[in-house]
Amino acid sequence: MRNPLADKVVGIKPSGIRKFFDVVSEMPDAISLGVGEPDFDTPWHVREEGIYSLERGRTFYTSNAGLMELRTAISRYLYKKLDLHYDPKTEIVVTVGGSEGIDLALRAMLNPGDEVILPEPAYVSYAPCVTLAGGNTVTINLQEKNRFKLTAEELLDAITDRTKILILSYPNNPTGAIMTREDLEPIARIIQEKDIFVISDEIYSELTYGKNHVSIASLPGMQERTVVINGFSKAFAMTGWRLGYAAGPELIMEQMIKIHQFAIMAAPTTSQYAGVEALANGEDDVQEMRTSYNQRRRFVLDQFKQMGLQCFEPEGAFYMFPSISEFGMSSDEFATRFLEEEKVAVVPGTAFGECGEGFLRVSYAYSLEELKEALGRMAEFVRRLRAKKQAGDANRG
Amino acid sequence: MHNAILKMLENNSRIDLHDLAVMMGTDEAVIVEEIEKMEKDGVICGYPTLINWDKTTEEKVSAMIEVRVTPQRGQGFERLAERITNYPEVKAVYLMSGGYDFLVSLEGKTLKEVSMFVTSKLSTLDAVAGTATHFVLKKYKDHGIILIDKPQSSRMKVTL
Ligand SMILES: Cc1ncc(COP(=O)(O)O)c(C=O)c1O
Repeated sequence: MRNPLADKVVGIKPSGIRKFFDVVSEMPDAISLGVGEPDFDTPWHVREEGIYSLERGRTFYTSNAGLMELRTAISRYLYKKLDLHYDPKTEIVVTVGGSEGIDLALRAMLNPGDEVILPEPAYVSYAPCVTLAGGNTVTINLQEKNRFKLTAEELLDAITDRTKILILSYPNNPTGAIMTREDLEPIARIIQEKDIFVISDEIYSELTYGKNHVSIASLPGMQERTVVINGFSKAFAMTGWRLGYAAGPELIMEQMIKIHQFAIMAAPTTSQYAGVEALANGEDDVQEMRTSYNQRRRFVLDQFKQMGLQCFEPEGAFYMFPSISEFGMSSDEFATRFLEEEKVAVVPGTAFGECGEGFLRVSYAYSLEELKEALGRMAEFVRRLRAKKQAGDANRG
Repeated sequence: MHNAILKMLENNSRIDLHDLAVMMGTDEAVIVEEIEKMEKDGVICGYPTLINWDKTTEEKVSAMIEVRVTPQRGQGFERLAERITNYPEVKAVYLMSGGYDFLVSLEGKTLKEVSMFVTSKLSTLDAVAGTATHFVLKKYKDHGIILIDKPQSSRMKVTL
């Protein structure tokens, strides 16, 4: 038999984290701070609208780009929240999660050999999608001392003649970092000078604590070179509905919609009706969830402080990215031992790029009780490691 | 600040005040002071525990009683309401709009005990013109808390 597989796909290395996942799934009694989705159920009125749409027999395909009603609501929402202006007829496509939007944008824009700049640590799907779209990923190792923001110098260093796209992902998974308007301005200048495009994944845009999210597309001259990715998963606790959207200049969106039309047809109809309700009446739910995440963010940060774990203060998403470099072991080793010895799952920073070495991703999308239990075990684990290290140092000394 | 504290306490009155302070980004002393003030002002009226008695060996019957009232000259509803609140078996008294005047929530050991209370005590009050007693068969949700068994969360342990 011939080899049935495509080299490009086989060449994508399975996420190193798979092994770790397998161990976790075989430990039913393990508790976890490892989940990248909200702990809230989707607000009831939104679920009800999905149910109602089924009752009324809304069980057909929608138009390829999505229900006009939903695209109009998205357009209004983006204007109100982020000062973005998109024509619902030509500049917005409703997708199967932000995930699909990322894939569409890359496939619509990349020619073989084009380079995509990817600041890491980053969400895991970008690099494989770049590969599948025929591009090459050029990574930037973001620095904790810069609060994991992308700086102008880092960007300039990474740009070559082949650079076509910068992927920008703030508020960030896994670091919780955000970028303010002042942070984005120099980046936007370089993007325009060097004639590059931006895919801006703003899926956590509703989850910032203190400063409101600013979309790079809202900066002068940037809308025409940016594809904004967003969705319902994180803002409205709707991960399982698989509903997101992309917005950008018609020139690009036309091609993205073409791929979407042939590969997906349309996003799930039930989810789209629920999405209309979420945008129309979900503002209070978002506010309530944001407040609750913020309270837990403060709690976890305080716990780390008490443990003496170094962690910069994240201002977005629902993750902490504490440093474990003091223990002289890899992230993977720390996470594996923590799981084995204390039965708590956290994600090694290296799952999000090599520069995540020395860090852990800790999600605080858990109840206060769960956080207390898990962080209590973490304090114990850390105390034990330090005691052992001290004993070792004393022996050597 | 007050409302934020109240919201947290309403969900969990046993929350550790240090944790509460951390989560609100303030000091424990501030929280303690605010709570004491709200207790004194009658904003916080108590910290009862929500118990699902169906899961205990204790026999309990609860009922909702609609009470229609002939208001007494110069007294309005207040005097009667006050009298009704004095009975220890009465758990709640509300003045209502609509087809009747008071809704009285009652708890007793047996159906008979509750019925006796209504016929011998409540209905005999001067201003009471009539009552309708509704026994509670099952409580599904109380004080915002779902009492029936919920399906376990289907969230996975680790996702990226
Ligand atoms: C940064 C980032 N982008 C996109 C996604 C995908 O979200 P969706 O559920 O909308 O596909 C995630 C999910 O974890 C994410 O963290």
